[in-house]
Amino acid sequence: MKPVPRIKLKVNGQEYQVEVPADITLLELLREYLSLTGTKEGCGKGECGACTVLMDGQAVNSCLVPAAKAEGSEVLTIEGLASPDGRLHPLQEAFISEGAVQCGFCTPGMIMSAKALLDQNPHPTREEIKVALSGNLCRCTGYAKIITAVEKAAAMIAGEGRG
Amino acid sequence: MYNIKEYYEAATLEEATELLAANPNLTIIAGGTDVLIKMHHGQIEKAELLSIRKIKSLQGIRKLEDGTIIIGPLTTFTQVVNDPVIKDNIPVLAEAALSMGGPQIRNVATIGGNICNGATSADSASTLFALNARLKLQSKLGERVVPIQEFYLGPGKVDLKAGEILTEIIVAPGDYQGYGGHYIKFSMRKVMDIATLGVAVICKIKERNIFADVRIGLGVAGPTPLRCREAEAFAKGKTISRETIAEIGKLAVKSTKARTSWRASKEYREHLVEELTQRALKAAIVKAGGEEIA
Amino acid sequence: MAYTVVGKSINRVDAVAKVTGQAKYTGDFIERDMLVGKILRSPYAHAIVKNIDVSKARALPGVEAVLTYADVPKIKFATAGHPYALDPKHRDKEDRTILTSKARFVGDAIAAVVATDELTAAEALKLIEVEYEVLEPLLTPEAAMREGAPLIHDDCERNILSSYGYEIGAIEEAFQEADYIFEDELETSIVQHCQLENHVSCAYVDSDGRIVIVTSTQIPHIVRRIVGQALGIPWGRVRVIKPCVGGGFGSKQDVCLEPLTALMTLAVGGRPVRLELSREECMIDTRTRHAIKYKIKTGVSKDGKLIGMHIAAISNTGAYASHGHSIAMAGGTKFRILYPMKALKYEPLTVYTNLPVAGAMRGYGSPQITFAVESHLENIARKLGIDPIEFRKKNLVNVGYVDPLNGNTVRSCGIRECIEKGKELIKWDEKKARYKNQAGTKRRGLGMACFSYASGTHPVGLEMAGARIVLNQDGSVQLQIGATEIGQGSDTVFAQMVAEVLGIPVDMVHVISTQDTDITPFDTGAYASRQTYITGMAVAKAALEVKEKILDFVWGMTDIPAHALDIKEQNIVYKHSGEVVMPLAEVALHTYYDTVFARPITSDTSNNARINAFVFGVTFAEVEVDLKTGKIEVLEIYNVHDSGKIINPQLAEGQVHGGVGMGIGYALAEQMLFDEKTGKPLNNNLLDYKMPTIMDIPDIGVAFVETFEPTSPFGCKALGEPPTIPVAPAIRNAVLDATGVAFNRLPMNPQRVFEKFKEAGLI
Ligand SMILES: Cc1cc2nc3c(=O)[nH]c(=O)nc-3n(C[C@H](O)[C@H](O)[C@H](O)COP(=O)(O)OP(=O)(O)OC[C@H]3O[C@@H](n4cnc5c(N)ncnc54)[C@H](O)[C@@H]3O)c2cc1C
Ligand code: FES
Ligand code: FES
Repeated sequence: MKPVPRIKLKVNGQEYQVEVPADITLLELLREYLSLTGTKEGCGKGECGACTVLMDGQAVNSCLVPAAKAEGSEVLTIEGLASPDGRLHPLQEAFISEGAVQCGFCTPGMIMSAKALLDQNPHPTREEIKVALSGNLCRCTGYAKIITAVEKAAAMIAGEGRG
Repeated sequence: MYNIKEYYEAATLEEATELLAANPNLTIIAGGTDVLIKMHHGQIEKAELLSIRKIKSLQGIRKLEDGTIIIGPLTTFTQVVNDPVIKDNIPVLAEAALSMGGPQIRNVATIGGNICNGATSADSASTLFALNARLKLQSKLGERVVPIQEFYLGPGKVDLKAGEILTEIIVAPGDYQGYGGHYIKFSMRKVMDIATLGVAVICKIKERNIFADVRIGLGVAGPTPLRCREAEAFAKGKTISRETIAEIGKLAVKSTKARTSWRASKEYREHLVEELTQRALKAAIVKAGGEEIA
Repeated sequence: MAYTVVGKSINRVDAVAKVTGQAKYTGDFIERDMLVGKILRSPYAHAIVKNIDVSKARALPGVEAVLTYADVPKIKFATAGHPYALDPKHRDKEDRTILTSKARFVGDAIAAVVATDELTAAEALKLIEVEYEVLEPLLTPEAAMREGAPLIHDDCERNILSSYGYEIGAIEEAFQEADYIFEDELETSIVQHCQLENHVSCAYVDSDGRIVIVTSTQIPHIVRRIVGQALGIPWGRVRVIKPCVGGGFGSKQDVCLEPLTALMTLAVGGRPVRLELSREECMIDTRTRHAIKYKIKTGVSKDGKLIGMHIAAISNTGAYASHGHSIAMAGGTKFRILYPMKALKYEPLTVYTNLPVAGAMRGYGSPQITFAVESHLENIARKLGIDPIEFRKKNLVNVGYVDPLNGNTVRSCGIRECIEKGKELIKWDEKKARYKNQAGTKRRGLGMACFSYASGTHPVGLEMAGARIVLNQDGSVQLQIGATEIGQGSDTVFAQMVAEVLGIPVDMVHVISTQDTDITPFDTGAYASRQTYITGMAVAKAALEVKEKILDFVWGMTDIPAHALDIKEQNIVYKHSGEVVMPLAEVALHTYYDTVFARPITSDTSNNARINAFVFGVTFAEVEVDLKTGKIEVLEIYNVHDSGKIINPQLAEGQVHGGVGMGIGYALAEQMLFDEKTGKPLNNNLLDYKMPTIMDIPDIGVAFVETFEPTSPFGCKALGEPPTIPVAPAIRNAVLDATGVAFNRLPMNPQRVFEKFKEAGLI
């Protein structure tokens, strides 16, 4: 294990400089070094989407990002979604009110993928929602209420005029 | 956790070729969606990685004045899907790119990595085969250009010499202008799946209903992606009809070297080649301006 | 009965934690000095370890302990998550040790290391030198039962773990009486739970020398007992904590990691150790669903009445018993209530093979037998030229029916209404007419299948549940239950029940979601779709006791007799008029601080439910089949359930959606594959194992026929597992309708469909 010369990155708006071994992933960096355990691991190799975060605005599987690659990037995780005053993001509210959560293990990843979608396409169709969430597996919900929740969140955001 | 021994980041192509020349143990990493999986499975141990991700000259898609399209190897699948040059000129490649993985994978996986990884299932490869794409490879010693058909040597094996980097994927104007194309990815799931068969067909039509040219690229129909030369030769100059198309489907099977694996039997794959080649061709005909054949 | 909170779609009590990333799962208990455990697995399906040398691994810097089969207690234990049986004859089969010197499947745990980090642990595994004597791998029940086949476990002749079945009536006589006899052979495949959170547990030794295990389990109290047994230590020396669980579906109704994790911490002086399986490991070394082959013979009368049925089943239980013996029996028991007939003979064989261990999975043997029976009935109806729905209706059970073997009684039954509703939703008659004469490569068809299931395990298993309620100073309560929330929503429906009884809003019920065997009341856990029905009884009982104590207390305060009082909207009111006597909060405050009468109100209740309730339902499916490629697409699908009163419609729908999704995967795509010669797993990851993605599942229609089950305090019955049960046969029957091809094997994936279509001359 060879420490890399400190990784500098921004997570949920906050600057971090962390010294980590060369062989860890962004997922491990978030969970074990920054104690942001909201991001989950379901496979460790890009197949389930549980570890999805936004990196420079794009949804990525953090299990497939060597920590070194995150140098200089801006990362948003599930913990950074609510406003600082604790007000939940419309996606979070909609996931709750539509019953889109069961065991909750896929939920952070699902919400982050949905966030990436709504940032780029505020008025997605059901089909577009499905495509955007197609890299996220869920075994509990049959996906039905998740799709509805994203639709609802889009409507909430449109109604509120906020992003 | 990956077994990473060293991680280098090259800023320029020169730097990258220098580093490669100096250290033969380096493994190039672009999006990492193949390399890291191999590390996960222990196929690569104590990896010394050379990241080329930040090299500007390897990014993006350009159309030259003469119509030549240059695709930078670092172009991600998401970029291919959304790129106006691709959408306007070779939409079939965008179709193929969209069929690949899921959004998170497409956001990082690169088209160069897809090709250099050498998998017969690579979703971009069959289309690039059909498009007669050429690859520019560069090392400290110089550069060369090879047709993609010659680049693939065997399963997971490509003609990448020590110290070489793929720097451009080149599609000549004559290979796409006037063509219509269609890609069918046949897989068990609609997304997040490796193709059981990939079929890319492009065609050009003259005099309303005559095949000027048909090109068929197949993935997973053999150890590498391949072209169906016999079927293509047959098609040239033929009047478009159900019968011709059926014959093309039959002949396409002749070029395949499918095998039985736990994913699908040889017999089934061949059956799919025959059927899906026809379906892809029918769709391509419409996109090339021809009439729909039921 | 009019309820105020029960029957409403209130938000999950754990939803905020789960959408903000605050919810803590086992893997989130990260301590900086936590050591990492890893398992050395056998590369052979059947082999004896001749020699093992761990000296190089031990010498590797960063390695804190190496364990082999020689270091584990010489105690055989059973892993199935069942309540302990005082009667030794009813105990689960004790057939394994924590690590083994005889590998019984590819992936069997031979040795383990504990190291400072994952890479060191992985490196250490490579340094362990093992010499194996390779035995013949027995990969099918037929191979395993063959005369002279090597024994996987020494004490099971012909590798048969169990052959316990039953006969109701006289089957041969029934066949004589029948006008027609029909026979079919059907089989299902090995599939896996694929809950999104892999198996993981952490353990350390606390300052009292007790082993504390934080683990992702459905059955914390059972884990405590089994760890105690496996290690040969007093059960009280083990403390098990269950935080949030990222899905289980039965794979965590089994004790997979905990005994080894406990042993690991003991090996490093009690320091914390985490043992977390990768997805690849999880798919082979936790549990799978049994593949079962059925031979069914049925006698039918001219007028379409079922007279008798003989079912012979061969169930592939893999390398260790786990739940195997009871799954064959449970499946054979729960389905039979649906179509009572004169005679029914069930002969299951549960057979060991050198494949991963099959255990509990959503439906516990019922999806398999329901696939077989509902496909078989469809074939019969078609051969008889009777409408398949009418055929089923002629034979359905009625309220009042008593199971002749276990005495369980049908007290509520909405299966006929379910069928009518399903027919209407899918527009059965209209589409049937429309699809009569189809041509072209794509064909559509309709199919349906029914099921029956139970609510819990009575009378086979103990149905013990515990609930504890504490009234706080402000009139809110804490609710503790031994039953486990694993995503299905039990904590939320329990909160609704308490709120209903106590006349308070749900947000005044604070559910302690974490189970800790040191402090939570005893409950056997999340399985058999038992919690809402069984644990609900304990919760209602505890809430009623608290209510009674509150009203008694008010009686003392006011001299208004308790029986004249009630609690409504957080107020003590007169029962007859609703007039407010005083706020509940005021009473609560007095229970704590009245200098004379203070006595905080609590209830700590257990309920041993010696009762069961049958649930019913149906799937209706419409498919489109591509005759050329063999692809089957589900266009529409509806599940209609009689699960009694629905406590929370939104949560209930969610259960059905998930169950249907799982059923679609079971029908069309999922199967675990192994090399036919070596038994090596071929697709133990989420890319090659085809669990459905969001694009692979159509919109799912859900409806409920709400009967009222008199044995439940709120009229509810089971719902967790049932939605999965009838899906595959409904799809299979729809494919038969579309193509005329009768599939008898799952999954109906394109390769199989292609082969079958060739056979049928369609291709
Ligand atoms: C979950 C998952 C799903 C997937 N689904 C699909 C799918 O549907 N279809 C599909 O085709 N693939 C799929 N893949 C495979 C993979 O994502 C693709 O092959 C991808 O295009 C690889 O690109 P990359 O940039 O990530 O390559 P990397 O992993 O970075 O590199 C791949 C190989 O190419 C070499 N390389 C990369 N760039 C260059 C260069 N410029 N010059 C020389 N050598 C280079 C590397 O050394 C390496 O050997 C999937 C992978 C995962 C993990
Ligand atoms: S954990 Fe990263 S995709 Fe599954
Ligand atoms: S809610 Fe459990 S995996 Fe999605």
